[in-house]
Amino acid sequence: MSETDTTLVLPRKADTALVQAGVSIGQIFLEFLVIGATSFGGVVPYLRGSLVIKRHWIDDKEFVEMLSISQSLPGLNASNMAILVGEKLRGAMGSVAAITGICLPGAVIMYVVGMFYRSHGDHVWVTAGLKGVAAAAVGMILSTVVGLSKKALTNKFDFVFMVLTVIAVNRLHQSVPRTLIAVGLLAILFHRPRKERKESVGP
Amino acid sequence: MNQTPALVRVFAYLSLLTIGGGMSAFPEMKILTVEVHKWLTFPQLIHLYSVGQMAPGPNMMMIVPIGEWAGGVLGAIVVVLAFFGPTAVLTFIVGRLWNKLEKWPWRRSIQQGLAPVSIGLLLAGCFTMAKGAIFGLETATIAVVVLLLLLNYKMNAALLILVGAFIGVLSFTP
Repeated sequence: MSETDTTLVLPRKADTALVQAGVSIGQIFLEFLVIGATSFGGVVPYLRGSLVIKRHWIDDKEFVEMLSISQSLPGLNASNMAILVGEKLRGAMGSVAAITGICLPGAVIMYVVGMFYRSHGDHVWVTAGLKGVAAAAVGMILSTVVGLSKKALTNKFDFVFMVLTVIAVNRLHQSVPRTLIAVGLLAILFHRPRKERKESVGP
Repeated sequence: MNQTPALVRVFAYLSLLTIGGGMSAFPEMKILTVEVHKWLTFPQLIHLYSVGQMAPGPNMMMIVPIGEWAGGVLGAIVVVLAFFGPTAVLTFIVGRLWNKLEKWPWRRSIQQGLAPVSIGLLLAGCFTMAKGAIFGLETATIAVVVLLLLLNYKMNAALLILVGAFIGVLSFTP
């Protein structure tokens, strides 16, 4: 799945009616296999088109909630969404079916691409093309960063936390776990629950 | 030498770093796969990552060729299981607990606190990659144009990367 996914806005409310019950493991596998084989340029819109709009397996509210869980946890949005949707439909076996389906086509494609690249990767045209591909990919990742920042960075301290993270990894060459513990803890403490507790006391 | 145990260790570890996106794991993926284990070179890593963005499905399937080069078909399978297994289990468990955690005031704090850090991790990965991918006016222009197009128009990212390939062939073929 492309990192640009998260920059997408959900255009309209889909039918929230009729969340189907009794979806079979085979149906889950097939649906995710199709998503895994066709989701060029980013999985999230394809997931929504298929699961919310076409199949009504989940509604838009659940979709957004699951996407927010997927983004907060380690793991790719595509595979985390497969786990969450599969679990909701058919428990653990549903998750296994969904993640297998969504991973399989891309894995096979990249297996073949890898073999081709190993034997033809030094061809003049291939190396020239790959330079363009890599540069375009950098632009794509940057667009994801900008898109996410617009949505998620709500005050100037968030920018400070973001910059601190970049400095820790790129300049100080700290490992990601260390950076996460140091800057992450700082940021979580900054966003600690304040006074909300009083409001949430009621039933 | 049998690389399977090393592949499992490295990719299970990397999977836990993909907070925000696959790119968050890129700096350490470079250190572990290129510098420590020498499964591939840095330019090869950049090429596989970039080409992998055009494939459908989860956008880190570029790990498959790394596994295949290091350990054959078994290596490819092992890498996918190691990379998707741990985070799948974690997401499964948290997904089940999520509604119960709704009343827990720190859930929101953790989400809000991790957001800027995960964006920083993505950006750090992007800078690491840019060091190997941006090396002159042409590549810088391609990156900026793609960035501006994606920010201003609803375009398919995979298609833009494919266009990048054509521009690359046109500008870098001697």
